[in-house]
Amino acid sequence: MDISKPVERVDLLEKCQGNALFVDDLEIPGLLHAVTLRSRIPRGRIKRIEVPEIPERYWIVDYRDVPGKNSVKMLSEDMPFFAEDKVNYIGEPILLVVGEDKEKAKRILKDIYVEYEEIEPVFTIEEALNGNAPPIYGDNNRFVEYEFSRGDVDDAFRKAYRIVEGEYRTGLQEHIYLEPQGMIGIYSEGKVKVIGSMQCPYYVKNALVHGLGWPEDRIQVVQATTGGGFGGKEDFPSLIAGHVAFASIKIGRPVKLILERNEDILSTTKRHPSIVRHRTALDRDGNILGMDVEIILDAGAYITLSPVVLQRAIFAGTGVYKTPNLRVKGIAVATNHVPSGAFRGFGSPQAFFGVELHGTNLSDEMGISPFEYKKSMSVRRGDLTPTSGKFRSDVKIDEIMSRLDKLSGFTEKYRKYRDEKWKGIGVSLFFHGCGFTGDGEVRLDSRVKLAKRKDGKVEILVSTVEMGQGAQTALRKIVSHALNIPIEQVIYRNPDTDRVPDSGPTVASRTVMIVGGLLHRACEKLKDHMGEMEYVVEERFRMPEYVRWDQKKLHGDSYPEYSWGGVVVEVEVDPVTFEVKTSGMWGVYDVGIPIDERIIIGQLEGGMVQALGWAYLEKMDLKKGFLIPGTITDYTIPTAKDVPEIVVELVRTPYEYGPFGAKCAGELPFVGVAPAFASAVQQATGIRIDKIPITPEYLLEKMNGD
Amino acid sequence: MVIEFVLNGERIKADVNPEKRLLHFLREDIGLKGTKEGCGEGECGACSVLLNGKLVHSCLVPLIMVDGRDVLTIEGFRKTERFRVLKEAFSEEGAVQCGFCTPGMLLAAEALLRENPEPDEEDIKEAISGNLCRCTGYLSVVRAIKRASIKGRGLW
Repeated sequence: MDISKPVERVDLLEKCQGNALFVDDLEIPGLLHAVTLRSRIPRGRIKRIEVPEIPERYWIVDYRDVPGKNSVKMLSEDMPFFAEDKVNYIGEPILLVVGEDKEKAKRILKDIYVEYEEIEPVFTIEEALNGNAPPIYGDNNRFVEYEFSRGDVDDAFRKAYRIVEGEYRTGLQEHIYLEPQGMIGIYSEGKVKVIGSMQCPYYVKNALVHGLGWPEDRIQVVQATTGGGFGGKEDFPSLIAGHVAFASIKIGRPVKLILERNEDILSTTKRHPSIVRHRTALDRDGNILGMDVEIILDAGAYITLSPVVLQRAIFAGTGVYKTPNLRVKGIAVATNHVPSGAFRGFGSPQAFFGVELHGTNLSDEMGISPFEYKKSMSVRRGDLTPTSGKFRSDVKIDEIMSRLDKLSGFTEKYRKYRDEKWKGIGVSLFFHGCGFTGDGEVRLDSRVKLAKRKDGKVEILVSTVEMGQGAQTALRKIVSHALNIPIEQVIYRNPDTDRVPDSGPTVASRTVMIVGGLLHRACEKLKDHMGEMEYVVEERFRMPEYVRWDQKKLHGDSYPEYSWGGVVVEVEVDPVTFEVKTSGMWGVYDVGIPIDERIIIGQLEGGMVQALGWAYLEKMDLKKGFLIPGTITDYTIPTAKDVPEIVVELVRTPYEYGPFGAKCAGELPFVGVAPAFASAVQQATGIRIDKIPITPEYLLEKMNGD
Repeated sequence: MVIEFVLNGERIKADVNPEKRLLHFLREDIGLKGTKEGCGEGECGACSVLLNGKLVHSCLVPLIMVDGRDVLTIEGFRKTERFRVLKEAFSEEGAVQCGFCTPGMLLAAEALLRENPEPDEEDIKEAISGNLCRCTGYLSVVRAIKRASIKGRGLW
């Protein structure tokens, strides 16, 4: 049977009925509520905290209640669970007020007075690098810096017939998963259990081990039904998991912390703002001789995941373009706003916004259609990746482009709109590296278990979560097909770290290809034991042998495999209001063999609409350290009325090492929309776009010559 | 104050703070958890219920406004044939991902189809424009409601 044929989602009925239990729906006897006191200044020292008399059965929980280290262990340890003597962003947690009545706890919070000594804050990439304010991190505000190169890029520029430069900027973006973040901590008999909305149960567990200083067997993390993540529930949940754990241990009763929406917007991670700078050396015919790329990410107040986000960004620095010489630099800088973190695409959308809009500009310089130019300059199978690894599998650029042209009518419309102002069409070509970046998968050392049970059913034991993307259905399908048993015979509960091994985080579009691949192999082992009463098999990640990667030099295969896509966006710009209307979007994607075609279409459509929001609607700036807009009323994400007609099609290149030939899909659709959108607006208006979101105000400013 | 209203077909009488929001009353006092709180500001629609047949954001509705009226939540709606048709259509079009907006989205569809049993795409987009979904990009939801309106002809 064709595995791609859609089946009903296993979580459909309970979600439709309203029976799925999200963390805020859980009834736990004796539950207390926690509210958070947050920094109201972007940067400074806490001189004094004045707490009024606290009524009975209300408690304060702060850094003194952290039994282990007061730092949220992620890649680094610079971010505290609770601020001690200094704060680095507006919204940074200082302490909790915990009690039976949430409203009363909020009133107590209002009466707490914090006296600060303010320090000159750093808000932008420029301010972070100019050294005027005292550094937030190290002696130069640079959390991390990378560089890699190939050939002799300086020589390429000396020999160039033409040099094209460009600078491209992207802004903050908030996830707006529909379910706000939340956690419950339950302490009982020397053991703490945390239940909540999360993507990565073992990230939460590891952070608790560190924060509590307890042995692992006294800490249990359970995922509740999770209402969307998109990266926003990758590392942030570890912070509030710490809060409810410390509070429940101190008080001896279960404690719940649910962020209110505007508090969630204020205090949770965002997509990194970026500056991407390109210099490209062309020969007389427009062939690329060399590319010099610099990507700077605004990482916010703490390191969190930024080094890996930056790696994924720079590993896409030269995009799909074939070039013998290149140099790619990356810097992640510290600023005084909420930490930037994981968000669908993880640095790659910023890199591709730059390189694909730049690609449009290269074709404009040459007077060639961007469609033809991008297609002819793109890599094919056997060519080098930006980090000088090899694209080993087929790269079906020609098929993607020809189907895209048929669907969208690009070639004809592009010609037509050259003479027709206010209408435009743009195209982008892109890839997404599947799985963790660089040596990440090797370091994760993921494990899965598959258990044949007495009742004849087979249970999937992994730490991968369902957050809406369809993991519950897709992984069950892989096992049911591999073992040739009905999907109803496959059990897969929300992960509980007391029961499941660490199969890594639910991130990096790795669930199907990596975790599903491990399960597929586990099925091969289990097959011969299906006649036994009970049997458990375990499988461990092994990097495919062809992968060559040097993490120090950032050289080689930064990913084991790539998914590909091409997107066309057509727009119409209102000549009076400068509002941009998206007339249509078309996408052709190669994610390998889809495990469930309907789920994949859902990922692709949903990802494209999120990216459309990033491209023109979702504007968030920093004013004196405040996120503006900072409320859901003013921060606009696409509604049903903002969505144009979208057509997506699949090209299917099976990946030998993926389960049933599957590659990665979740993040890919986010990557290509913004540069195609910006290219379309460029054609419609004649304005050189250098920033998203492309709001009417931005276009007006540009029209008036800045 | 004592209020009386019909909740999912059953008469309810309760002594309440008239300013308390319907959403919190449903979730905390009655224990109906299918109505979700996504923002508490009337922006996201996850808390949608029908009040006298009209779609409202229950996070904005004080209980005093509910007195003497009729409230339908997902827990009541899910017992109906219309729900079954909509649920099938949501399944077939892939209109459910994380599920947090889904009960509200289904009630928005019900409110639309009561008014207009044969909506076109624009009617549907308008009807669900107060219900945010960050997962699907809405296209599958629009297709699903259209499909339900055809499959369930005569039900509305």
